[in-house]
Amino acid sequence: MLKITALHQIHLNLGAEMIQFAGWQMPLQYTSIPEEHRSARESAGLFDLCHMGEIRLRGKGVFQLAQQLITNDLAHLKPGRVLYSPMCNSQGGIIDDLLVYGTGQEEFLLVVNATNTEKDYAWIEKQSRGEAKVENLTDERSLIALQGPKAEQILTELTDVSLSQLVYYRFIQAKVKGVNTLLSRTGYTGEDGFELCLASQEAPKLWNALLQTGKPYGLKPIGLGARDTLRLEMGYRLHGNDIDETTSPFEAALDWTVKLNKGDFIGREALEKQKKEGIRRKLIGFQMESRIAPRKGYSLSLQGPRIGEVTSGSFSPTLRKGIGLGYVTPQYAYPNTSISVAIRGENYPAKIVPLPFLASRIKRISRPCTEK
Amino acid sequence: MCPEGLKYAKTHEWLKAEDNEGKVGITYYAQDRLGDITFVELPQVGAELTKGKSFGTVESFKAVSEFYAPVSGKVIQVNRELRTNPELINQDPYGQGWILVVEIASPAEMEELLSPGDYEQWVKQQEEAG
Repeated sequence: MLKITALHQIHLNLGAEMIQFAGWQMPLQYTSIPEEHRSARESAGLFDLCHMGEIRLRGKGVFQLAQQLITNDLAHLKPGRVLYSPMCNSQGGIIDDLLVYGTGQEEFLLVVNATNTEKDYAWIEKQSRGEAKVENLTDERSLIALQGPKAEQILTELTDVSLSQLVYYRFIQAKVKGVNTLLSRTGYTGEDGFELCLASQEAPKLWNALLQTGKPYGLKPIGLGARDTLRLEMGYRLHGNDIDETTSPFEAALDWTVKLNKGDFIGREALEKQKKEGIRRKLIGFQMESRIAPRKGYSLSLQGPRIGEVTSGSFSPTLRKGIGLGYVTPQYAYPNTSISVAIRGENYPAKIVPLPFLASRIKRISRPCTEK
Repeated sequence: MCPEGLKYAKTHEWLKAEDNEGKVGITYYAQDRLGDITFVELPQVGAELTKGKSFGTVESFKAVSEFYAPVSGKVIQVNRELRTNPELINQDPYGQGWILVVEIASPAEMEELLSPGDYEQWVKQQEEAG
């Protein structure tokens, strides 16, 4: 049975083209992928992320449990902050990548990928050995993202909270249009923006309020199609494509998320070994010379010998060229290296480029609220 | 609605014949199914097309598909605009989004193409078959 989000009927009313994703019926596009992409980059976009998983950890010893589970270090997770981290198996392979919210003294909320929610929940339950209370809140919680340069102005109209104080990767409890939300300045687009976690029964009300308030600013609903092109332009890895249980955070060039000096955690030994002995492949971003799109599974080569494989790719609406992520032998993983991508039996020229493909526009530091 | 005066292939290309030259494009239905087109790969002028055989590739955000020749013949012109603006096919499939012009080798082949009414019927059938 396909699951539907709390916003399902709204998507149908908006005329969205629906697809199956991770067992859910989700909007692929409402009007057009490039148009929605442009809205999020130039004004604002609204995303239904209700399919993403929310897992709450509570109780004594929950800090130690969470530290065991993830490769990043929670020691510096002050109240009101969010942390991105891979969650690895004992071989150092990435079970999932997730966001950790320090929601209470002995409480964490994990936001995980829709595809992995059940698997993650089972894994965490197993590691907890009954000590912490592990709850899958996915059905009762909904997640809505508001992203884009106009996001702050739109949200300001619906809340009394001073958003200028809320910088990147911070969160607060806030009433938005009278609805209790866990409001964070996070996202998957590279634009400034917010993610709002709330009770599922309130989701339609909040969605409609946001969409209506945002209309004069050019806010548009955005489907999974543009969500993918937006994240790809930022080089954000997608679990199931660019990272999975066979790739390590070092291979995925997520070194900054692994804190080998934090004490014990699952996968530590394997990752330490990898750090010492080196990796077999490394994630890179590359740009095609033309508009042709690289796609998952295509071979990457270097004037002949195969050096790796594409894990994600698309036409970039902003750069108007094909772009992709992939893994190559580490010795070739340097920007400006000319490579070719095998597409339908022919080699097309591309170049390894630094990530992200576009400069991010996230709000890292506090600053006074700017005028319109 | 499909414009009158054109002939249609079941593979969703249209052909506009004038004397022995035929302009070729894809139908509104075809571009709508593909969604926003991002890239097209076209044959060179002088290439020989064979009726029913693939003569190029079209990529959209959602899919990769091929163009099939509605008739056989030599390519005498290609729409170079599509290299930089392939979205012209979405915007104006029967006008500025034309793909190429072919020198029709055998006018008899055109007999097998569909009239606008028959093509619309064909699309309907396809839709119903899902």
